[in-house]
Amino acid sequence: MINDWNLVIGIEIHAQVKSNSKLFSSSPTDFGSSPNSQVSLIDAAMPGMLPVINSYCVEQAVRSGIGINAKINEKSIFDRKNYFYQDLPQGYQISQYKDPIVGEGYIDIETENNQKRIGIERLHLEQDAGKSLHDQDPKYTFVDLNRSGIALMEIVSKPDMNSPKEAVNYVRKVRSILRYLDTCDGNMEQGSLRADVNVSVNKDGEALGTRCEIKNLNSFKHISSAIVYESKRQIKLIDSGKRVDQETRLYDINSGETRSMRSKEDAHDYRYFPDPDLLPLVLEKEWIENIKKNIPELPDEKKARFVKEYSLSNYDAEVVVSDKATSEYYEAVVKGRAPKLVTTWVTGELFSVLNKKNISIQDSPVSADMMGELLDNIESGKISNRLAKDIFEDMCETGKNPNLIIEEKGLSQISDEGEIEKLVDEVLNSNPENIEKYKNGKTKLLGFFVGEVMKLSKGKANPGTLNKLLKKKLDN
Amino acid sequence: MTENLTIKQASDLLKNKELSSKELTELYLKNITEGKELNCYNYVLEESSLSEAVKSDERRASNSLKSDFDGVPIGIKDLFCTKGTLTTASSKILSDFIPTYESTVTQKCKDSGLISLGKLNCDEFAMGSTNKTSYFGPVKNPWKLKDSKADLVPGGSSGGSAAAVAGDLCIASLGTDTGGSIRQPASFTGTVGLKPSYGRVSRWGIVAFASSLDQAGPITKTVDDAAILLDIISGHDNKDSTSSIKEKENYSQNMNSNVKGMKVGVPKEFMSDDLPKSTLKAWDACKDLLKSNGAEIINISLPHTMSALPTYYIIAPAEASSNLARYDGVRYGLREQGENLIDMYEKTRSEGFGDEVKRRILIGTYVLSSGYYDAYYLKAQKVRSLIKDDFNKAFNDVDAILTPSTPSTAFEIANEPNDPVQNYFNDIFTVPVNLAGIPGISIPFSNDEKNLPIGLQLITNSFEEQKLLNIAKNIEETVQYKATPEKWWIT
Repeated sequence: MINDWNLVIGIEIHAQVKSNSKLFSSSPTDFGSSPNSQVSLIDAAMPGMLPVINSYCVEQAVRSGIGINAKINEKSIFDRKNYFYQDLPQGYQISQYKDPIVGEGYIDIETENNQKRIGIERLHLEQDAGKSLHDQDPKYTFVDLNRSGIALMEIVSKPDMNSPKEAVNYVRKVRSILRYLDTCDGNMEQGSLRADVNVSVNKDGEALGTRCEIKNLNSFKHISSAIVYESKRQIKLIDSGKRVDQETRLYDINSGETRSMRSKEDAHDYRYFPDPDLLPLVLEKEWIENIKKNIPELPDEKKARFVKEYSLSNYDAEVVVSDKATSEYYEAVVKGRAPKLVTTWVTGELFSVLNKKNISIQDSPVSADMMGELLDNIESGKISNRLAKDIFEDMCETGKNPNLIIEEKGLSQISDEGEIEKLVDEVLNSNPENIEKYKNGKTKLLGFFVGEVMKLSKGKANPGTLNKLLKKKLDN
Repeated sequence: MTENLTIKQASDLLKNKELSSKELTELYLKNITEGKELNCYNYVLEESSLSEAVKSDERRASNSLKSDFDGVPIGIKDLFCTKGTLTTASSKILSDFIPTYESTVTQKCKDSGLISLGKLNCDEFAMGSTNKTSYFGPVKNPWKLKDSKADLVPGGSSGGSAAAVAGDLCIASLGTDTGGSIRQPASFTGTVGLKPSYGRVSRWGIVAFASSLDQAGPITKTVDDAAILLDIISGHDNKDSTSSIKEKENYSQNMNSNVKGMKVGVPKEFMSDDLPKSTLKAWDACKDLLKSNGAEIINISLPHTMSALPTYYIIAPAEASSNLARYDGVRYGLREQGENLIDMYEKTRSEGFGDEVKRRILIGTYVLSSGYYDAYYLKAQKVRSLIKDDFNKAFNDVDAILTPSTPSTAFEIANEPNDPVQNYFNDIFTVPVNLAGIPGISIPFSNDEKNLPIGLQLITNSFEEQKLLNIAKNIEETVQYKATPEKWWIT
């Protein structure tokens, strides 16, 4: 809410189906291949070519539908959406219009103080278009058809979101579910997941405002900034007595503004009609049930389980489960170890390194096994927490095993009382004034003595034993 | 001995070593050269047909024939994509298009050792019923009116396929039929034309006109030959989602021309005072013939027959408008340079498509437009179901349906009506069969008073091609239609 304005947001997510081949052809779908190297006769719409549905993509769509708690339609129909463009070889996109493969569903998202249920209208399968390259030649546009025919799932939400944060959390959650299901890699930089965001504003008790659609947002940051800019723009228009025109807009990542792409009047008449080359898609109940049985644990369930099994806070659990790989990493480390220590190390030390290096947890230099080994050393008292941080840094840099580092550098904690006592005596002997001050009531100096002994021990002294000994000697 | 050969006769000659495939192919290449004036072929495969024939002869010598019909030369409608060979759909927009792939149907012919003589002229994108919409000019019907030199239309869209068979410029040919494009020209040229059930023959690699109606089939000199070619080209194809998984039959082997006890329906809606007397007479004679051969003739009704033509002229153009969107000058075919993308599209498509194709794209675009979709396309689909229902009900009572193939015999090219709608009436008896997805065959029955062939159409229920061929064979055996056109083009 901005002043007394409500924001109403609906989102269409285009998620690329994770599949080795395209929706209606057997061409590969690898990202980053050289232009037009993954194009079959069908993808290029050569005369007489016919589409044949890829059953794996259908399975992935059904799996995704189950993941968003939606109704799976036993009969769905592929339609042709007709329009001309250089990167649309057929002159139509095969999509689903009136009868999508997945009907109504919902997901729950976290809000500031609560959970919120966001309705989902539908999920349908469609083909992606090719890519136009406008910057390769001063005169001509080049076309790369590698993407042409790749399977997309379009997931249409209800207009149930009311803030940029909710919108971002919604997309995050959908992405997380799809990744858990392994139906979309969710890679937004590569365009595997993009969002069209519909924004309108109104005041309490008023009818919904006119909406504008912002196309093709491919990062959470852009989704958020585009909504902020667009809602402000609409409010300003209305406040100055003008009206909002229904239109499609583009978000300019450089200026942070949205600008008009085409108005409602210019909207295409897509002349949808059922594709006569494809029979209606009919799914057997049993087949759907079978997929249902094999749905893995999804983020919501996993979160509840983590809270219960590992006593994680709601917040920590959310952070850990939001990414499937992270949750798997966490679970591998936490087995048989203290959850609190594991949480601190995974969400603290590890995350900060990953962020700094800008890599995903799958590429972490410290494997779950290595992390476990490090934490075992802390738990057993072999190394201090402080020393562990140094070792961890070393591990990140060299990829070495923590035990190896401890051995090589002789970093094992000194727990032998006699040895520590020697060090304590040495420090006390060279600081008679501070002992005086301590005895006269400046007990805060305990920290100074601890620090000095630690320095002397190169950080290896067992802090517990050290504290105990120091106190005993000073308080006598 | 070597005139007007059928597939059966030709394969016997080859088998008995009376003729080699090379000699046979040379003979037909000569016929083609002599018949240039008929304009049947868009492209003649002079070299590859001969080299293939030589290979066939070698296979024969080494006892490794691909089929009983190995070495028989046929012609192929220029709508089938053929690897390495020009495939134009008789359109300027594809006039330089050479596919890198072979349609399923023509591949099956190759796999059986049939030899392609070349690509046969047709109406542009198979849209027309006189073959006049071809970018390469009209095909001339080998038949002439008694005492007249005027050129006649061969029918369309498979006009080249039909005229080439009638004029003996090939032994048999392949055509396609969307609303009558095999049966109507077969009727106009005194040949046998079979449109199989929708889904019986793969559409993969055939330039699409209207996907829910298109079906490939043979044009031949005899019913036996139609069965032979259907045996070769039919069957499931997993590259065509609409192709049927139903097991194919062995039509030739199971041919049985006995019609005793068969019930043949005659729909009253096909009777009209506008029909030429000679056509009515032929139709009646055929009923009598079947009756005397032991079949029962039953009067039936197909109440929605009169709605078939308008229904067809909504559905077919709608699908065509979308199917032809790919000819945009971007990837292959004709491209006219433009100021920008839209200008390039407009110039390319204006230049590349002929009037009839443009007309149908416009009609199709219109009937699918928002605001008109329900009134036209959706309604047409509903009527289409009613037409299917009509046939389903009829087939509860009868084995087959007998009608004339066309409302008239061939007419002069010069007399083709200027009003396109008038032309659409050529397909009035054939179109309902495509809308219902069932098989139909046109067989020559007699000649009219102008000495032009009259074709009659038999129709059966879906995938009852065997029954269809059996009854057709019975009629053929009884009437012994042997008329062939005079070869006026040989001077």
